[in-house]
Amino acid sequence: MLEIKELTKSFGGLIAVNRVSLKAREGGILALIGPNGAGKTTIFNLITGVSQPDEGAIFFQGRRINRLLPFQIAALGISRTFQNLELFTNLTVVENVMVGAYRKSRAGFWKSVFRRPGATKEDRLLYQEALGLLDQLGLTLYADEPAGNLPFGQQRLLEIARALAARPKILLLDEPAAGLNPNESRELAVFLRGLVNQGYSLILVEHDMETVMSLADEVVVMNFGTVIASGEPGEVQQNTEVIAAYLGEEEEEAC
Amino acid sequence: MGFKKNLLLFAVVIFVFCLPIVVESSYYMSIFIVIGLYAIVAQGLGLLMGWAGQVSFGQAAFYGLGAYTAAILATRCQWPPLLCVFVAPLLPSVIAFIIGRPILKLRQHYLVLATLGFGIFVFVMLKDLGALTGGPSGLTGIPYLNIGSIIFMTDHQYFYLVWCALGLTLFCMANLTRSPIGRVFKAIHSSERAAEAVGIDTASLKLQAFVLSAFLAGLAGALYAFWVTFISPSPFGFTTSVEFALMVVVGGLGTLWGPVLGAAIIVGLTEFLRWAVPVALPHAGGEFEIIFFGIIFVLIMLFRPKGLLSIEKSSMAVNNPATLRSTDA
Repeated sequence: MLEIKELTKSFGGLIAVNRVSLKAREGGILALIGPNGAGKTTIFNLITGVSQPDEGAIFFQGRRINRLLPFQIAALGISRTFQNLELFTNLTVVENVMVGAYRKSRAGFWKSVFRRPGATKEDRLLYQEALGLLDQLGLTLYADEPAGNLPFGQQRLLEIARALAARPKILLLDEPAAGLNPNESRELAVFLRGLVNQGYSLILVEHDMETVMSLADEVVVMNFGTVIASGEPGEVQQNTEVIAAYLGEEEEEAC
Repeated sequence: MGFKKNLLLFAVVIFVFCLPIVVESSYYMSIFIVIGLYAIVAQGLGLLMGWAGQVSFGQAAFYGLGAYTAAILATRCQWPPLLCVFVAPLLPSVIAFIIGRPILKLRQHYLVLATLGFGIFVFVMLKDLGALTGGPSGLTGIPYLNIGSIIFMTDHQYFYLVWCALGLTLFCMANLTRSPIGRVFKAIHSSERAAEAVGIDTASLKLQAFVLSAFLAGLAGALYAFWVTFISPSPFGFTTSVEFALMVVVGGLGTLWGPVLGAAIIVGLTEFLRWAVPVALPHAGGEFEIIFFGIIFVLIMLFRPKGLLSIEKSSMAVNNPATLRSTDA
């Protein structure tokens, strides 16, 4: 469904992503793991057109997408959440989701100039759909709160709701479980599995090993911009290079 | 709440309607006409600055292009004035559409400089394209505007015309900013990256706001031309552009009535100081007016940095979809 071929991206002298290839299957969950600075978020930025690769190509449903603008890529059916939360903090929770669904609506700029606002059928439908999504993520209670007032973990869930509102085919989640307690993490895992059953495909960047190992169909491990291992969760866990990479990280943190 | 708002709106309409009946002086009427014209321009600029988050210091150029297009069509091509009022804003709109794509890619002070440069370019063109624009001495003999057999000759008549146009502008602006598009503009303000990530073409929306702002400036310009019946380049220079931006900021970014209030304050204050400063300081020159003008704006910005009509919560309440709940059924 989504295929990355020999992708390279450097910032100044630093090679953030070095000849990375990977493939996300339709209806699967691909997890991208690795120590901080391994290049995972850079991969997301390259897929969504936020930055351009130096070399390599990205294909989505057989179509090359790495020359398109971010909004065009999103319109093809690729949605994402952000690691450093990018909510619309000046809007309410439900409005965030409604903006997520905007591209499907037919409210044009010039039409809106001459039409009385508010009570259009479409806006009401959008609102109902948004409430439905909030319900699925357990955010109904906060619907009319300013998005910035939510607890950290709930803000992440709202990012997911907003991304889903755009009705993507594939969803890129950047550390969705960060800030959630173990209970909430498990609930999130159940929810994400449910999404896959509904026909969504997921790529997820995650630090929480429990979530990754229980959820992912395939795991790709990155370190210093390159893929050091890939395969099923069980396989990857026993890979010596992977263990070394993670132990290395822990040593650094101890200093 | 809604009732109170409607009552207030009704009171404003009655007040505006009665103004020419109560006020006899043609001088005061002309001040209200200028306020109306500037408020139309400020509405467009308010959309651009307060909603689309873009700055323009070239708005006087669109204002001037509207005025000159209307004047040229009416004098050289003998078009009926009313038709000119509708056609003239199209030229600034098209120009905004053409220059908008490259210009709106710039950010912050680069955008300020680009629009400022555009404004100066147009100003110079108005002065130097003598064959078409009459050069520095301008164009004369612009006919009065008429709708059917009603000819708008006096300031009292013209007041109604201008303020009807402003009313229509406010109506359209209220529609737009309270529609889903208004919500999307606020979203873009908060995080452009996130808006793009859910498939919103932010560049195109900004461009459309820019075009609408140019259209409104052009409309006000055309109305100005048929009011004064003589135009020269001087009112369309850089200072006027700055004044437009000032009106929007002083009134309150992202508010519907802010630009109207801003226009009233800037125009009213200019006229007041022109009268008051010579009375208070008989030997003071014209520059003293500017000093007082400056002091007052510094004070406003110190105590109301988000503009006079800004209320912290208002931006939340404008199009809160909770109001839809009552009509769910």
